[in-house]
Amino acid sequence: MAIWADENTRVVVQGLTGKEGQFHAAKCREYGTKIVAGMTPGKGGATVDGVPVFNTVAQARQQTGCNASLIFVPPMMAADAVLEAIDAGIELIVCISEGIPARDEVALKRALDRSKSRLIGPNCPGIISPGKAKLGIMPAHIHKDGFVGVVSRSGTLTYEAVDQLTKLGLGQSTCIGIGGDPVPGTNFVDVFKAFKDDPLTEAVVMIGEIGGTAEEEAAAYVKAHYHKPVVAFIAGQTAPPGRRMGHAGAIISGGKGTAKEKMEALAAAGIHVVATPAEIGVTMQRALGRA
Amino acid sequence: MKVHEYQAKEILARYGVAIPKSKMITVPEDARAIAEELGGVVVIKAQVHAGGRGKAGGVKLAKNPDEAVQLARQILGMKLVSKQTGPEGTLVRKVLVEQGANIARELYLGIVLDRAVGLPVLMASKFGGMEIEEVAAEHPEAILKEHFDPAVGLQAFQARKLGFALELEGDTFKKFVKLVIALTRAYAETDASLAEINPLLITGSGDVMALDAKMNFDDNALGRHPDIAAMRDLDEEDPYEVEASKFDLNYIKLDGTIGCMVNGAGLAMGTMDIIKHHGGSPANFLDVGGGASQERVENAFRILLSDPAVKAVLINIFGGIVRCDMIAAGVVAAAKNLNVSVPIVVRLQGTNVEEGRRILAESGLKLEAADTMADAAAKVVAAVR
Repeated sequence: MAIWADENTRVVVQGLTGKEGQFHAAKCREYGTKIVAGMTPGKGGATVDGVPVFNTVAQARQQTGCNASLIFVPPMMAADAVLEAIDAGIELIVCISEGIPARDEVALKRALDRSKSRLIGPNCPGIISPGKAKLGIMPAHIHKDGFVGVVSRSGTLTYEAVDQLTKLGLGQSTCIGIGGDPVPGTNFVDVFKAFKDDPLTEAVVMIGEIGGTAEEEAAAYVKAHYHKPVVAFIAGQTAPPGRRMGHAGAIISGGKGTAKEKMEALAAAGIHVVATPAEIGVTMQRALGRA
Repeated sequence: MKVHEYQAKEILARYGVAIPKSKMITVPEDARAIAEELGGVVVIKAQVHAGGRGKAGGVKLAKNPDEAVQLARQILGMKLVSKQTGPEGTLVRKVLVEQGANIARELYLGIVLDRAVGLPVLMASKFGGMEIEEVAAEHPEAILKEHFDPAVGLQAFQARKLGFALELEGDTFKKFVKLVIALTRAYAETDASLAEINPLLITGSGDVMALDAKMNFDDNALGRHPDIAAMRDLDEEDPYEVEASKFDLNYIKLDGTIGCMVNGAGLAMGTMDIIKHHGGSPANFLDVGGGASQERVENAFRILLSDPAVKAVLINIFGGIVRCDMIAAGVVAAAKNLNVSVPIVVRLQGTNVEEGRRILAESGLKLEAADTMADAAAKVVAAVR
């Protein structure tokens, strides 16, 4: 098993006719993901690499039975795209777009709370269940089928961690980038809950960063409910306060959201906290008794 | 994006927040006419983005128009040094000349996004003039909070709850409720990330107005607010950061000696952390982005090398969408154009890594290759020793 995305996932790509959408949809398909539809308003009836394009997500769902959406649209249109997918009853929505205003994300959060849809992202690399399905922009070849779950606010730092795991022979069940924005659709706790219910996932790598309190909430959840090994790294130990470190959500404000606070909370929850990203793989190997 | 006090007040006033009469000037002599018009007693306030202006001598009371000119002359052109500016301080280029106020009470109002809840939160306290972090540490029970959905707006009953808790009465209470709702509308409609009135002034005659105001805006939403985007003051920003922003590069100047060029914000922070862990200090945060082109890499490299504090450079790229060979070609082109003299350590991993390493090896440049992040950090720290 894996969580949320597997061989039964049927994907509509919103923004398939754009350059990014077409490029990454092709890579996902190469990996074996079932890309069954594209959606671009006004381009209904066209095909991209043999995939039919529809004017609305509802039409795509009706005609192809898609149950997931992968979104590549410009940030100012991204909230609309997510809301359309929610309206069409799409269960898993993965939004790659970066640069969405926080106010739009607040509105998305409200709409998601009233729906049965799950949103991963925005501003994220997506989700991959190695050997089963890839909905995202991560390089597929560094992944390996296995039993370590990975959840992260970062993109390339996740690739770094996955690469270390794979080289040590530790494959992954599912890797999820929850994104670097202040109001993500899915947070660490949501992912831990799903990993807890997944018999395949035997351990979790968690990569957080400065800003907000999502890591502290994850620490509290893990302490109370998740009793398998967890290795965590928090990026931004050397970041100055009050500065946005690339990601919209990576900012220490009012002295809150420092790496130190987060690392202490995670360590207190029994999580193996590493000081540098270079130690993620070997620490997991030790935690699993495979060193 | 940050704006000055005078700009924040201008925006808030559009939504109906009462503010004292004032005018921004850049020439000291202009203070005379304004002081005369405002009745003689005025406050001269330095307009800089950094906080802590009062304690740093950037806010002074003038009893008459002559003194207004004299104080404006003193403050304009001063190097304001506060906790937030660092020891080098910041040059004051603008001052606000504001009508002197009759202070009966000072309160606090502020709005930020509460990320844990996923909604903005309005905070109020009776400790006006104190920084909210200080109040949170010393009198946490004194901070009143009301969450609101920006699409719906703060409701009048929520504003009334705060007014009663702050023991306001009569006309003052009504004015307070009106101002609070206006502030929340301004926050939501301008896509602000922070809106703060500190202090909120209650005058002797019962009026309620914003004596100081601070607003920050969501960079991701500036596209829908061209009027606010036009308020950006490049003089207040680091010149390296301004240059980087022209090329859509995420660059933040730090005070160390090791220049960093990395793809991805998380990996860039992780790289800074591992440098520190090995005993070095990063000179900057620089994310060349997921879709870095050769030209972007060249510009990034040029900007980070233009900082004279940089004694060595660490390039750490995990190729996913970005191909390592393209990054390598960009680095080689930039290094040749720029006549680089400092040691450079390059760590490439991921897509087309072999081709990338070959390009670097055959370039004839003095580049030190590293396999892992730890190896790269150790090598670059050794290079600055």
